Amino acid sequence: MTMVVPPPKTVKVEALEKPPITLPPSLISWLQAAPLTIILGAFLALPILMITVVSFWDYDFAQMYPDFVTFNYAETLGSWVTWKTYLNTLKFTFLVWSITLFIGFWVAYFLAFHIRTSAMQTVLFLVCTVPFLTSNIIRMISWIPVLGRNGLVNSALIETGIIAAPIEWLLYSDFAVVLAMVHLYTLFMVTPIFNTMMRIDRSLIEAARDAGASGLQILTNVIIPLSKPGMAIGSIFVVTLVMADFSTVQVMSGGQSASVALMMKNQMSLLQYPAAAANAVVLLVLVLLMVAGILRIVDIRKEL
Amino acid sequence: MTETTKGGLTRRSLLKTGAAAAGLAAGSGAITGFPTIWAQTKITLRQFGTGVSNINAVAEKCKADLGITLEMTATDSDAAAQRAVTQPNSYDIADIEYWILKKVFATGVIQPMDTKKLKYYDKIVPLFKNGKLTPDSVIAQGTAPHTVGFVEKPGDKKFAKEETQWFTMVPTIYNADTLGIRPDLVGREITTWADILDPAFKGKTSILNIPSIGIMDAAMIMEASGKIKYADKGNMTKEEIDKTIDFLIEVKKAGQFRAFWKSFDESVNLMASGEVVIQSMWSPAVAAVRSKGIACKYQPLKEGYRSWGGGLGLASHLKGAELDAAYEYINWYTSGWVGAYLNRQGYYSACMDTAKEFMTADEWGYWIEGKPAQGDIMSPEGKVMEKAGAVRDGGSFVERMGKVACWNSVMDEDRYMVRRWNEFIAA
Repeated sequence: MTMVVPPPKTVKVEALEKPPITLPPSLISWLQAAPLTIILGAFLALPILMITVVSFWDYDFAQMYPDFVTFNYAETLGSWVTWKTYLNTLKFTFLVWSITLFIGFWVAYFLAFHIRTSAMQTVLFLVCTVPFLTSNIIRMISWIPVLGRNGLVNSALIETGIIAAPIEWLLYSDFAVVLAMVHLYTLFMVTPIFNTMMRIDRSLIEAARDAGASGLQILTNVIIPLSKPGMAIGSIFVVTLVMADFSTVQVMSGGQSASVALMMKNQMSLLQYPAAAANAVVLLVLVLLMVAGILRIVDIRKEL
Repeated sequence: MTETTKGGLTRRSLLKTGAAAAGLAAGSGAITGFPTIWAQTKITLRQFGTGVSNINAVAEKCKADLGITLEMTATDSDAAAQRAVTQPNSYDIADIEYWILKKVFATGVIQPMDTKKLKYYDKIVPLFKNGKLTPDSVIAQGTAPHTVGFVEKPGDKKFAKEETQWFTMVPTIYNADTLGIRPDLVGREITTWADILDPAFKGKTSILNIPSIGIMDAAMIMEASGKIKYADKGNMTKEEIDKTIDFLIEVKKAGQFRAFWKSFDESVNLMASGEVVIQSMWSPAVAAVRSKGIACKYQPLKEGYRSWGGGLGLASHLKGAELDAAYEYINWYTSGWVGAYLNRQGYYSACMDTAKEFMTADEWGYWIEGKPAQGDIMSPEGKVMEKAGAVRDGGSFVERMGKVACWNSVMDEDRYMVRRWNEFIAA
């Protein structure tokens, strides 16, 4: 590489060496953001906007009429059915959330702190996901032969002589709904909590122990505060899933219990789209408020 | 949306003239009634409707006999109704139920058929012409098919009071629904719709959670229990709806119901697993339970049946060769083969006389005359449905269809009814 590069001889070369077309930096940022904006705009913002617009329309059996009427909201918010259904859905949400949080936390804790090798951790974590290889519906419906009047649980209890008559509330009850939902959604808690726990610096725990903290104190002062972002993310998953669920409630309660999404489904099956849209908007606002509440309590970005 | 409607109206009025011209051509003898093989011209008819009558075997046979390709789309009945109205150009033949026809026809998407071009019109069961199966039957409540069966002339939106030359739909299948029971578990005679309220069956009953049909079953139950007398179960007043729903809520709170089912398979599972012993049911569901080797009976009740029926309607946009093909398809549909197929499924078909020629004497005896089966009764797919000696629940065609108390219907207070029904489910 000792050869001396000859100096540029002509203007022509200079023109060739002119730097390629440069874009203003702000345009580059816009371009980088564009794909996501377009996708979210077309598949999220636009549909939500349309739902909101339709919720103000008038309708009859066959058609919707562009209009600006508020009776879809008046009928939705003014009826005790809506309130009762929302309360019922919130009840399910609270029950499922607290149970999945409890179970999810301890499963993640076990995986993160009691399993020594990371290979074993991965294996056990994969074991947790095995049920997810089957469909949601199958996992839910499989409870029916287990819990039924002549199901596995009841026949086992009767044959061992523990009970004389089958327990009726096992199936087609709130119990069955909560059980199925916990079964379906616990992994959504385990995964994010496990993830944050794995990021906890082990030396913090050693330091706490050196400073004389008991096991309980380590848990409450170190581990729980540091896994809060995981719990928050898991909670957002579970809350939104339960609030929007309709098939689990319908199948496991045998149609005896109502949920908000089921109410919408009933309206849609009778082509009352504007009424269902109004309901969807109300549900969306409520769920967004709940998510905002969770994010207010826990700053999930802090740990991500 | 308004724009589409406007466009549709002008196009429709154009089509009317087209249809009239086709009618003229038919009148002048341009169509001789001999089956034409359409294969050369590759005529395709698009038909949509509920799963019950959209059968592939029918499409295959149609192709073989007529050379017409049938493109079938099966949807649930709500979606079918919506499609009929909102996408009138997406189909040539609408296979819809009579109760929904009441609303669909009013939007102008279906053109009436000239009965003179229907080869087997005379053989269509009188139930669809004057509401009476036999001359002395009582006309049932609800949306009886004959009340929406005719118009005075093409282009009319209002139904005619009696039989005319213009037929809105040719019936495909119909049946009479009642309660299904587990004879091994009820432990007594079931004779009335009110038996579902028996405290002995507490927590072991179910009705269906499809508002427009569920309310009818509820009305049958409530009237049978003597709590109310409806002027027309198929078209209740607000006050009657309130009374019915309040009654249902009361019964639900007392724990009488085990579940409310929404789909066919749910009703089968509820019955087969013994979760319920008496419930609203559809006849193929009863057959499905029985095919598992579990006793199940489609119990005739003294108040009568709740009945339903569907038919084929011609889309307004059909004209010329396509319209001729559609008529030919309908004439073929009523000529027997399809009717026999549907009868063997446990439904009833429009022209019993033509169907008879395609059924064995034993099949005819079992399905239509209510006689004990001589040999095994096979389904159209070749599966054994009933063993020799079996008798159809409810007996013969005349006994079953002659005791219809009410037809599925759509009420004027539909919207109010649905709102109150949601209250019942939430209660």
